[in-house]
Amino acid sequence: MELTLLNVIIAVVIAIGFAALNAAYLVWAERRGAGRIQRRPGPNINGPLGLLQPPLDGIKLMAKQLIIPGGADKALFIAAPVLAMAPAIVSFVTIPFSDTIVAHNLNVGVLAIFAFASLGGISLLFAGWSSRNKYAVMSSIRAVSQAIAYEIPMLVTVITVVMIAGTMNLADLVGAQKGGIWNWNLFPFKSGLFNPLMLMSFLIFFICTLAETNRAPFDLGEAESELVAGFHTEYGSMGFGLFFMGEYANIVIGSCLTTILFLGGWDCPFGLFPGVWWFIFKIYVLIATVIWIRWTFPRTTIYGLLNLSWKILIPLSLFNLLVTAGLLKVF
Amino acid sequence: MSVPVRIQPDETFVLNVGPQHPATHGVLRVKMEMDGEYIVDAETVIGYIHRMHEKMGELKTYPQFYMNLSRMDYLGAMGYSHGHVLLVEKAAGIEVPERAEYIRAITVELNRISSHLFWFGAFVMDLGGFSPLMYALQDREHILDMLERITGSRLTYSYYRFGGLYNDIDDEFIESARRFIPRMRKSLKKYDRLVTGNIIFQKRLIGNAVLTQETCRKYGASSAVARGSGINYDVRKNEPYSVYPEFDFDVPVYNEGDSLARYKVRMAEIEQSLRIIEQGLDKLPGGPIMPKKAPKIIKPPAGDYYQAVETARGNFGIRLVSDGGKNPYRLKLRSPTYSNMHLFDETCKGMLIMDALAFMGSLDLVIPEIDR
Repeated sequence: MELTLLNVIIAVVIAIGFAALNAAYLVWAERRGAGRIQRRPGPNINGPLGLLQPPLDGIKLMAKQLIIPGGADKALFIAAPVLAMAPAIVSFVTIPFSDTIVAHNLNVGVLAIFAFASLGGISLLFAGWSSRNKYAVMSSIRAVSQAIAYEIPMLVTVITVVMIAGTMNLADLVGAQKGGIWNWNLFPFKSGLFNPLMLMSFLIFFICTLAETNRAPFDLGEAESELVAGFHTEYGSMGFGLFFMGEYANIVIGSCLTTILFLGGWDCPFGLFPGVWWFIFKIYVLIATVIWIRWTFPRTTIYGLLNLSWKILIPLSLFNLLVTAGLLKVF
Repeated sequence: MSVPVRIQPDETFVLNVGPQHPATHGVLRVKMEMDGEYIVDAETVIGYIHRMHEKMGELKTYPQFYMNLSRMDYLGAMGYSHGHVLLVEKAAGIEVPERAEYIRAITVELNRISSHLFWFGAFVMDLGGFSPLMYALQDREHILDMLERITGSRLTYSYYRFGGLYNDIDDEFIESARRFIPRMRKSLKKYDRLVTGNIIFQKRLIGNAVLTQETCRKYGASSAVARGSGINYDVRKNEPYSVYPEFDFDVPVYNEGDSLARYKVRMAEIEQSLRIIEQGLDKLPGGPIMPKKAPKIIKPPAGDYYQAVETARGNFGIRLVSDGGKNPYRLKLRSPTYSNMHLFDETCKGMLIMDALAFMGSLDLVIPEIDR
């Protein structure tokens, strides 16, 4: 596909549409899922199965006044929610949903997504700093230290996968895993590479995704029983709405990446009808797991969280990197 | 009381937790002097929901004031009413029929379970786990429905009368209570698997805010706070009242003194309450629920009277000084959470804010009961 202005605009519009639709309906899915887990119905009044709840919530949020607290840094205060949502949307542009459905296939797609993802940390810092609220500052400090701690094992794990495939192109990464479930990076029996640590690698990546997206049990940034609402304490209206949607868009990105890097993308586990439906199925299974985890576990502590990353995940992922490099040399 | 928080610019900052904050479960305010996430100094500020219950006790007659007791603690109202009726009966020399005493014990224990269940849910929610609250509320709902049928209200029961009860229990209540016991035992096993065994839960609570026996004694702590630190003190055993000596039950005591020990004590207490209810239903005698000649106007002879009861939140003491009139001369309410809460100021120094708030959750604070 040629990179014309029109194509880019269409791609971005579709990306925004997909991100916004997912973000809105994941909120609904999360609330319904939480309802299931907690033996209550969840939203079921507006529309069939409560399906009109997300647009109505959106209208409610948009109708509210955006209050900027006195003494807040206005520019940063307004920039923060936009910065939370924008990188997530841009990341969708590079994600391939199948071998044909991709907005723009960058040959450094992995790098691009992680570059955008690190902007998320900045938005939390802006939000916490600019709202002139002690809870928000504490929360943003937590969130940033968490983002730094978990980006390292995540990237080391990604390097492992990139080394195996020999490419940073997301579509080629999936191409390298073609041919059934045994070829996925998740499994240690991948032909040409018998690395017994790949399953652990997948778990490390998944845990890092949870931590990077500020999800329970790592939701220390918005620990509501301690820090009221964390970095978005002072945000109302669509400012809060953008943070909220950004969080869900990030979950979708995280699930997409996990699917592409470890679960064979749009590849069918048993070689039948590979295509976009497998990709969609896989990301929603992952998202459902994320929701399930949130409503089951209590929150970790900040030191427990940082210890987990610095003392366990980083050494393990580095070890795996070495083992994989060695195995690639041998086979 | 601790020293007031000093403001030291450039070094520490003051964080106002409350009076409106999700962790304080009410209008408690804690002024915390923070060094980053660490608490340097903390001062609990109370009085935001002070309603002058003790003064009302002096101004109102005994039956009029009786209603106030169940408004003190909205989760465990029965225990407080029980203390008051026992005191007035002792002072005025009113005989209570045995059946009424048994029903009182059963309802108090049911109320204790419902209070502990709510605490369990709220405590896990303080730690960030949302779902257990919903499970706990569902079990609690059974108790509330049962008590609603008999007493007419779901939270602020004024079920007892001086000398007996407002309403007798019926077969449906007994049958419902018998159904509840196995259900609750099953739920306890479920909570054990869902929450107690969870590694995050254990990591957060083991060694969190260890209270020594001396600290507990110094502040007059009671309930699970004292029993979690190895103090074997339960008013039902140590100063028996009502028909409690007839029941066979244990007082769970753990020696660790940390938040997990306090949690375990409360969960074990639910099981003991179930045992009391079971025995109470078996032994329940027939007969009237009010004495034949209950006095119309209550005028205790002049004197000094005291009654302590074990409520869901600990040792509730109520002291009455009577001058022989229709109103008490002085009525002092010793509320257990008031003493338990003041442990917080001393213990939370040097702790991280999230550990401190987990500790606060383990104290089982009900703010209207502190402020009275």
